[in-house]
Amino acid sequence: MTVSFTKICAILKKEFLQLKRDRATAAMVVLIPIVQLLLFGYAIDNDPRHLHTALLSRDNGVFSRTIAAGLKNSEYFRVDEEVASDDGGRKLLQQGVVQFVLTIPEDFSRNLVRGRGPSLLLEADASDPVTVAGAVGALNGILTTSLRRCLNGPLSFLGKSAVSPLNIMVHKLYNPEGFTRYNIIPGLIGVLLLLTGMMITALSLTRERERGTMENMLSMPVTPIEVMCGKIVPYILIGYLQAAVIILVAYFLFDIPILGSSWLLALTLLMFLMCNLALGFAISTAAKNQMQSIQMTIFLFLPSIMLSGFMFPFSGMPQWAQAIGNCIPMTYFIRIARGIILKGSNFSEIWRNFWPLLLLMLTTTAAAVRLYRKTLD
Amino acid sequence: MSYAVDVKNLTKRFQGHTIVDHIGIRLPCGQICGFLGPNGGGKTTTIRMLCGLLRPDEGEGVCLGLDLGRDADKIRSRTGYMTQKFSFWEDLTVRENLEFVAKMFAMNHVEDRLRECLRNFGLTLRADQLAGELSGGWRQRLALAACILHEPELLLLDEPTAGVDPKSRREFWNEIKEFTNRGLTTLVSTHYMDEAERCDKIIYIADGHIVAEGSAGELMEKSGAGSLEESFIYYIDEVWKGEP
Repeated sequence: MTVSFTKICAILKKEFLQLKRDRATAAMVVLIPIVQLLLFGYAIDNDPRHLHTALLSRDNGVFSRTIAAGLKNSEYFRVDEEVASDDGGRKLLQQGVVQFVLTIPEDFSRNLVRGRGPSLLLEADASDPVTVAGAVGALNGILTTSLRRCLNGPLSFLGKSAVSPLNIMVHKLYNPEGFTRYNIIPGLIGVLLLLTGMMITALSLTRERERGTMENMLSMPVTPIEVMCGKIVPYILIGYLQAAVIILVAYFLFDIPILGSSWLLALTLLMFLMCNLALGFAISTAAKNQMQSIQMTIFLFLPSIMLSGFMFPFSGMPQWAQAIGNCIPMTYFIRIARGIILKGSNFSEIWRNFWPLLLLMLTTTAAAVRLYRKTLD
Repeated sequence: MSYAVDVKNLTKRFQGHTIVDHIGIRLPCGQICGFLGPNGGGKTTTIRMLCGLLRPDEGEGVCLGLDLGRDADKIRSRTGYMTQKFSFWEDLTVRENLEFVAKMFAMNHVEDRLRECLRNFGLTLRADQLAGELSGGWRQRLALAACILHEPELLLLDEPTAGVDPKSRREFWNEIKEFTNRGLTTLVSTHYMDEAERCDKIIYIADGHIVAEGSAGELMEKSGAGSLEESFIYYIDEVWKGEP
């Protein structure tokens, strides 16, 4: 099979011209990422106050009373309930009545005075990770200030010591990975590129079929590979543009730096985009009209956001869901993107997730080329 | 006599229905052949099989000396096909559409050929107009210009003049006559009898079968009809007589 560069360029040029004249699609390409990013970014940027908290105090010493008073006086926590047992606290968390349960263990005051560094247990409903992260920090501050006033006289050594007189053990429930805004941005790049990439390719091809121009194109001597290249390359460029928009907004508005190599990120993006566009291409070969191709896009989109680790922590999913998740390009893209953007991972560190993405790219592309029909049958 | 198209037993089925049933078509080189028949008779399906858009379920033969099954790609590059429905990109200009077609057929000297083609079809002034903004007659001209652009040897036209005013139709046919004089072979499906009369050969097709073929004179003579239109109705009635 010969591949003609001229033909590919001709299709490419045609796509750009059509895109240029299709204002709605062009707007979708640029505006969707920005709007989504702002919504996601700002919606989770609130600094929460008056968090509902239950207190389980097993110690009646002066220090535990100080801590309880300090919590009540703070604006951060609101002590709604005093519970008597672990089960009582868990139940409130489970029901969502409180977001935190603070447990002061037996002999807390005595151990503190003896310099044994006793622990407080903070159980947190971490399904809202930003709140938890902020609350843990705030609790530290509250404890330090409220205790300082009591730690005087013979106890002043406790306050001055470099080692904190007590520990806080945080036990995160429901969301062990502790998603934060930082975690969302790389995932968001994936979600947006997946949705727009898949839909835009699927639509551009089903539109040709709907309007009859596909019949015209098929009657010309052009190979599936040439059509696919011509159809996909413009949208790879557009995908990069979208990714750039998201990363720039994330960087300037949300102070999220890219710690790792931009080139590595670009390479990952290329593979991920190819997967999405090939999927869109495959959809278009099965869909009869534009409506159907939108439905099929959403059908593929949902598992990608549900089971890839974007919406729920991957390790928390049941085996069967993980098995499905392992076949989704998005799963690997999110892991790699988080690694590069947030942890500064290098190539050998992402390799574990890189090769499955590469494999998926080759599979989807091959499937798309195979499914493309050269005839109207 | 040499034939541009010589196929036999051409058959196409869709979901159990036989749309085209073992038909044979011979188009002598350099002639215009009219393809007439009631709607749904298999005209479009036959034309699509000839230009490689549909794979025949049965049948074999040659188009332009190339095997219909094996050399579909080569046949495509030497054939001009005009679809029944306007099928050019409405959001591209006339020039952009023609340019795209030229590149798809890997033509050389694209610029010169484009200029010549625009002039021949009177499209020069409309070159930068979007195809979607053209009126019916002009769309037809663009479509014909596009399928003649790469100088094909075989032209397959599927109801090219449906819904076009008489003057434009006349001009359209003069155009085709001229191509034929230069050696082009044309198969054109139509519902207009005045157009059929201008053909060298006419094929009547109904229910996927070829009902009759020959020159206009022969068909009228055989059916004993006074006009071509009456001969058409005579032959189609013959086919449909047996059906409830």
